[in-house]
Amino acid sequence: MNEDKVLMEIERKIMGGDFQSAGDVSSELKKVLQQVGFPPSFNRRVVIAAYEAEMNVVIHAYRGVFTTKIYEDRVHIEVNDQGPGIPDLELAFQEGYSTAPPHIREMGFGAGYGLSNMRRCSDKLEIDTRVGEGTKVIMDFFLNSDK
Amino acid sequence: MKVSQIVEPLKAEIVVGEKIEEQDIEGGYCGDLLSDCIANAKEGSVWVTIQSHPNTVAVAVLVGMPCIVVTNYQEVGEETVQRAQKEGITILRTSLTSYQAVSILSSLGIPGTKRRG
Repeated sequence: MNEDKVLMEIERKIMGGDFQSAGDVSSELKKVLQQVGFPPSFNRRVVIAAYEAEMNVVIHAYRGVFTTKIYEDRVHIEVNDQGPGIPDLELAFQEGYSTAPPHIREMGFGAGYGLSNMRRCSDKLEIDTRVGEGTKVIMDFFLNSDK
Repeated sequence: MKVSQIVEPLKAEIVVGEKIEEQDIEGGYCGDLLSDCIANAKEGSVWVTIQSHPNTVAVAVLVGMPCIVVTNYQEVGEETVQRAQKEGITILRTSLTSYQAVSILSSLGIPGTKRRG
């Protein structure tokens, strides 16, 4: 990876179960991306993936840290949570599969599209998960990609 | 079309609507799954849904949708109202079903839109 300089770095805490502030980190990121001046279509896919990653912490984990590094030509996001982890990643990636409880689903979350949205919108997605400990999601978005 | 022009046809109550005279609607999206909406709804759409919790406002902001139409006369809580006021998102509430609301919006000439084709 090129060693270009970081234009901006944002680090925010996310609390599990905090549906009141859920989405705030992604909203802030959207505003920052707009200020940096990336094209709207690029911002949109970063924000979709960021929102899904943020919501996964709110829905499933106890707490997490959301870090974004913005470069001239790419955006790097890491979301590190303390939570239950994902026992079967392949299953978790299946559209429509979710372990979210009914009261979460009634709110329109937990439909099983989070991870696939993240994969579709990012150029690189890595998930490192340990059952009973937590999950780390790393995503990269390149300005010059075909997406 | 301005958001103010859909209030009467939808027989809607304005829950939050300080900007209805200035907000433009270019299309519409209907859905209750937030992941679907955030991925597929297009900027500038009116969003028809039965969801009315605070996170719907976050989705509207992230997508860039100026107006949420809450159907079936679902309760809109204080937290949702405050968040919408803060973000400048209009919330209309109607006793119509989502299907009925979409039919009316469609008859007003608001097309169904989707992100990327």
